[in-house]
Amino acid sequence: MDKIEKDLLEQVADLHEVPQGAYNIRANGQMAGRNTTENIDIVTKTDKPGIDIIIKPGTKRESVHIPVLLSQSGLQEMVYNDFFVGEGADITIVAGCGIHNGGDEESRHDGIHAFYLAPGARLRYVEKHYGSGDGNGRRVMNPTTIIELGEGAYMEMETTQIKGVTSTIRDTRATLAAGATLIVREKIMTHGQQLAETNFTVDLNGEDASTHLVSRSVAKDESRQVFRSVINGNARCTAHSECDAIIMDEASVSAIPEVTANHLDASLIHEAAIGKIAGEQLTKLMTLGLTEKEAEEQIVSGFLK
Amino acid sequence: MLELKNISYQVDAEGQQRDILHDVSLTIDERFVAITGPNGGGKSTLAKVIAGIITPTAGQILLDGEDITGCSITERAQKGISFAFQQPVRFKGLTVRDLITLAAGRDITVSEACAYLSEVGLCAREYIGREINASLSGGELKRIEIAMIIARGTKLSIFDEPEAGIDLWSFNNLIQVFEKMHEKLGGSILIISHQERILNIADRVIVVADGQIRAQGNREDVLPELLADGATCSVLTDKL
Ligand SMILES: Nc1ncnc2c1ncn2[C@@H]1O[C@H](COP(=O)(O)OP(=O)(O)OP(=O)(O)O)[C@@H](O)[C@H]1O
Ligand SMILES: [Mg+2]
Repeated sequence: MDKIEKDLLEQVADLHEVPQGAYNIRANGQMAGRNTTENIDIVTKTDKPGIDIIIKPGTKRESVHIPVLLSQSGLQEMVYNDFFVGEGADITIVAGCGIHNGGDEESRHDGIHAFYLAPGARLRYVEKHYGSGDGNGRRVMNPTTIIELGEGAYMEMETTQIKGVTSTIRDTRATLAAGATLIVREKIMTHGQQLAETNFTVDLNGEDASTHLVSRSVAKDESRQVFRSVINGNARCTAHSECDAIIMDEASVSAIPEVTANHLDASLIHEAAIGKIAGEQLTKLMTLGLTEKEAEEQIVSGFLK
Repeated sequence: MLELKNISYQVDAEGQQRDILHDVSLTIDERFVAITGPNGGGKSTLAKVIAGIITPTAGQILLDGEDITGCSITERAQKGISFAFQQPVRFKGLTVRDLITLAAGRDITVSEACAYLSEVGLCAREYIGREINASLSGGELKRIEIAMIIARGTKLSIFDEPEAGIDLWSFNNLIQVFEKMHEKLGGSILIISHQERILNIADRVIVVADGQIRAQGNREDVLPELLADGATCSVLTDKL
């Protein structure tokens, strides 16, 4: 692995070396490393690019890392990864995509991740997207996440894109059976001319299913962000979606919620707050001796922490 | 030593010029100076003028003889002015520890940050990691605001109604906080307050009403002036 790939790996997976436990590293369209464990199997798909990750029922305290690195300018790929999390398992999956584009052609990774959680399974899924390189080539990532939560399953998804992605359309579609819980925390920062579009669709199909979507974002320069959430309450259930955005410079942010209750006992809430950094916040930090620029940086980094 | 010379602040309110502050001159070099007076009298505006948040339309501000009238908020903070707001600001994402660290202006250990919080009666371990967001109560926010000023430790500290929203038990400690601060730092503490017990500890009480200094001196001298003010409402009587 070269220096650029190592940097990307560190950014998207906080990894300095090959990780502990199960992993599959994909670099420039090729498998660059794989490890399986007694409980976690990783199998290359035969019909299309991608892998199946199979986690045995009852697997506890194990993790799977599946970073994707692109450093070859102009490479474009579409990858399918399916995760089968067995009954009663409790694990962490760390995915991430780093694109370094030093050339002038568009580099693109479109990943379709499907998660199938058996009843009572618990999953923490962490996903980071990062781009670097000073070429003119665009760095594009379009992740699609499909989530099917069985009865009483629990999934927490943390998705972060802080830097360097020219354009992203992030689609997440989830269906929840009775007693299942989905928590999503999204953090996005865009700058320059970047575009980030997020679409969540959550169907709460079973009794006492619940979801909480939290999006915090900062849009700088002339970047644009769109946050769409569609939540359908089809049973007695609870849902809460929050979109909280700071706009700066000439950026623009739209929040488009759609909540539909198809059941008398569905309780659905959407909150959206978009605005510039409050003047009094800057003032307060300046009275502590920070310059306006430093104050702004502190507020933004705290907001996205 | 802080000197204000002929400070005025005029605003354009619905096409009419209004003096929020009118020709205010004063010098502060004692330990504790209290500013009091009726609501809307101009106390907070005066504090903001000193901190650089409001630019006066006329007049001059000197800190230890140096003219700081043209200095920004940041420059004044760096020169040694601290200001605890009447209404503390909330921040999504920044924690109590973040703010105390920023106030201290250097990396501080958890136990240092905790020490500042204990001074204002907050059980540090519980608070250190909390976000300065809507989940904190008004009184908690006020105390954190005071802890930040302690952490800064500058030669001039301004507190705008520090006792507001703070329960009686803590109130006694608050006075000790000011005394301790002075012992450690010297300098001056300027407290805007409506509380008689705070006026009692002041070396000088200044009464600001209608944007002007109405009276100053020790508490006994100015109290009658204060009571006379409370009895009438000039806006209403003007209209009648
Ligand atoms: N930008 C402004 N435009 C118009 N009026 C203003 C402006 N800023 C302050 N004022 C007015 O100036 C007056 C003084 O306000 P200030 O906040 O200084 O009062 P205060 O003495 O601190 O009162 P309190 O005891 O209620 O805190 C008030 O009548 C207020 O409404
Ligand atoms: Mg006031």
